[in-house]
Amino acid sequence: MTARTRRTLVRTVALAGALSLGLAACSSGGDGGGSDDASGGGSTTLTIWAWETSLTDVVADFQADHPDVTVDLVNAGTGNDQYTALQNAIAAGSGVPDVAQIEYYAVPQFAIGESLLDLTEYGADDLDGTFSPGPWNAVHQGDGIYNLPMDSGPMALFYNKAVFDRLGVAVPTTWDEYLAAARALHAADPSVYIASDTGDAGSATSMIWQAGGHPYTVDGTDVTIDFTDEGTQKYTDLWQQMIDEGLLSDISGWTDEWYQGLGNGTLATLVVGAWMPANLESGVAQASGDWRVAPMPQWEAGDSVTAENGGSGLSIPAGTQNAELAYEFLQYATAGDGVQTRIDAGAFPATVADLESDEFLNKEFPYFGGQKANEVLAQSAADVAEGWQYLPFQVYANSIFNDTAGQAYVSGTTLQDGLLDWQDKSVAYGNEQGFTVD
Amino acid sequence: MTTTTAPTPARPVAGPKLRTRRGHSVDRPRRSVLLTVLTTVVGLYAVVPLAWLVINATKAQEDLFGSFGLWFAGDFSLFQNIADTLTYNDGIFVRWLGNTLLYVVVGAGGATALAVLGGYGLAKFTFPGKRAVFAIVIGAVAVPGTALAVPTFLMFSQMGLTNTPWAVIIPSLISPFGLYLMWTFAAEAIPTELLEAARVDGASEVRTFAQICLPLLGPGIVTVLLFTMVATWNNYFLPLIMLKDPDWYPLTVGLNSWNAQAATSGGQAIFNLVITGSVLTIVPLIAAFLLLQRFWQSGLASGSVKE
Repeated sequence: MTARTRRTLVRTVALAGALSLGLAACSSGGDGGGSDDASGGGSTTLTIWAWETSLTDVVADFQADHPDVTVDLVNAGTGNDQYTALQNAIAAGSGVPDVAQIEYYAVPQFAIGESLLDLTEYGADDLDGTFSPGPWNAVHQGDGIYNLPMDSGPMALFYNKAVFDRLGVAVPTTWDEYLAAARALHAADPSVYIASDTGDAGSATSMIWQAGGHPYTVDGTDVTIDFTDEGTQKYTDLWQQMIDEGLLSDISGWTDEWYQGLGNGTLATLVVGAWMPANLESGVAQASGDWRVAPMPQWEAGDSVTAENGGSGLSIPAGTQNAELAYEFLQYATAGDGVQTRIDAGAFPATVADLESDEFLNKEFPYFGGQKANEVLAQSAADVAEGWQYLPFQVYANSIFNDTAGQAYVSGTTLQDGLLDWQDKSVAYGNEQGFTVD
Repeated sequence: MTTTTAPTPARPVAGPKLRTRRGHSVDRPRRSVLLTVLTTVVGLYAVVPLAWLVINATKAQEDLFGSFGLWFAGDFSLFQNIADTLTYNDGIFVRWLGNTLLYVVVGAGGATALAVLGGYGLAKFTFPGKRAVFAIVIGAVAVPGTALAVPTFLMFSQMGLTNTPWAVIIPSLISPFGLYLMWTFAAEAIPTELLEAARVDGASEVRTFAQICLPLLGPGIVTVLLFTMVATWNNYFLPLIMLKDPDWYPLTVGLNSWNAQAATSGGQAIFNLVITGSVLTIVPLIAAFLLLQRFWQSGLASGSVKE
C-alpha cells in the first residue's frame, strides 16, 4: 500500500468512526477540560479512561509508588460511549487521555486508525508468554501490539443450580443437551427460560467462534467476511430452533430486568466470559449460593473447545504527552502487582502465571456455593479455539447487528439470512472506508 | 339485623336560594362517579412512580430485585444509600449536583432575565420589524431544543466550546417560550397609561422599567423562572452530546452513566445508588415548586378575568 492511500485510509477510518457513532468533532483548539495538559511543578497527571471498577485500588497503589504522579481515573462512559468520546477527543486533538480501557474486539479499529500507540516501542514484546494466547493474539495488529490484556473472557456455562434442581433437569454438557434442557426447563415451569437473547453481536460471534467458524479473515486492509461456513451453520441451526420454539426469553441483556431474572430464577443459564463472577456478585447478590459454573457446552460430546467473549485491556491513545509513564502504568496494572489487586476485586486475569497458580485455582467462591470456579474458567482459557479474528471495523459492525441479524428475533427472518444481511452491510461499509472487502 | 334502622344522615334541605333549584353550582359542583374514578386513576398514575422511587430508595442493592417493588423490604437502607450516593467514586455526585446548580442558576436565571427584558421591550415599544420578530419567536417555540442539539454541537465544536460548561449554559439562555410568555404577560400586566404617566413625570426609561414595571411583572417572572429552571434541571440530551468530561456532567447525564455502568463486564451494578440519586435529584425541584407555588399560581391565573 502506498503511503498516500494509507494516509487516506487512516483519515477516513478515524473520521468515519466518529461519524458512524453520530457525532463528528471537526475542530481543534478547544479546551478539552481534561487534566492531561503538561503541568508544571515537577508533578505529572496521568489521565485514565476506564469503567472497570477494580482499577480504583490499582490506581491508589500505583500512586503510592509514584508520589510525584497524580492519577486521574475517569469513567468516561462504558464500551461504545467511551469509544465515541475517545474517537472525538482524538479527532479534536484535545482532551485525549493517557490510558484508555478498550475491549479486544475494538482494538483493531482503533489500531488501524493509528489512534493508539504501538507498544512494541516501549518493550511490550518482552511480555510475550505472559498472557494467555487468546487475549495476547487479540491485542496484536500486524506486527504491532496496541493493548495490554487486563482481563479475558474464556467462556463457560454459568447456571442456576437451584432452578435445575427444583425442576429436575440435568446440567447440559453438549449443545444438544442444552436444547433438550431448554425445552425441559420451560415445559416444567413456563416462567423459566434457559437464557435470554434478543440479539447480541458479541455472543453470536463467540458462539460461531466456538463452533469452528471463521467468518472474518483480515490481512492488512484485505478483509473477507463469510457467514456461510460450517461453524456458522452449526450455530444458526441450533439457535434458530431455540428461537422458533420460543425457548429464549426476550429480556435484553444487562438491563435491570435481566439482573432481576438472573436473581429470581427465571433465567437459568448464561454462556458468557469468565469475567462474569464479579458482575454476578455485585449485580445479583440475592442469588448468592444458587449459581455454579460448568464447562461450556460442546458441539461433540467429549470435546473441550471454547471461545472468548469480551474482555478488555489498556491502550495508550496517540497524542498523549506521558507515553513512558502511561506504559509504566499499563505494565503495572496488567502484568505487575496490579493483577493481584484486580483478582482480589473479582476480575478474571489474562496472565498465565496467575491462571495457573494454586492460589487462584483453589479459591473457593462463596457465591458459587464454595465451588472452585476458577478451575473451570482457567481450563476454558486453555481450550480457546485458535485463529479467530475480528474486523478492523468491528465497533461499527456490532452497532448494526440488531438491524440485521437481530431481526431474526423479532420478525420472520431466519438467523442465517440475518447474518448474511449483516455480512452485506459490513462489506459495503468496509469498502466505503477504503478496505478491500469481499 | 335489628328492627331499628339508623337514621339517614341529614341532608341539607334545599334552601331558599335560587341556585339550589338545579342542585349544583360552582361552589357545589355536581358529583360524578365516573369523574371521581377517572381522577383517582390519573392521580394514582402520577403518584405511583414517585412512590416506587421513594420506597426503593430505602432498599439495598440485593433487596431491589428480590422484593415486591411497591413495598418496603429488608433492612431500611435509605441513609446508607444516601451516604453511598454522596461518596461513591470520590463524591462525584456532589460535583454533579454543583454543576446542575450552576447550569440552573446561570442558565435558567439568565434565560429568565433575557425573557423579561425582551418580553417587556416587545410588549411596550413599537419598532420596525416587530412582526418579523413575533413570527420568529412563535416559530422558535415550535422547534424542539433536541432537534437543534446536534447542529449546535457542530457549531460549538468549531468554536472550541464543547466539553466546557459554556456548551450547556449558552443554549440554555435562550427560551423562546419564556420570551413569548413574558411578552403577553407584560402586555396585559402593565397599563400603557402607567408608562405615559411615568414619562410625563420625567422618569428615565431604565427607571420606569426597574421601579414601576418590574414589580408588576413579578408573577410572570416567577412563572418563567420555574419553567426554565425545570427545563434546565431536566436537560439531558444537550449535555449528553456536549460533554464528555464526567467532571462537568449535570445530574441527569451522571445518573445515566451510573446506570450504564451495570451494562458491561467489570462494571459494578449500582442500581440502588441510581435510585437514591434520582430521589435526591428531584428534591430541590420539589422544594423550588413549594416555595414559588404562591407566585406561580397567581401568575398563571392573572389576566384570565377582565376586571
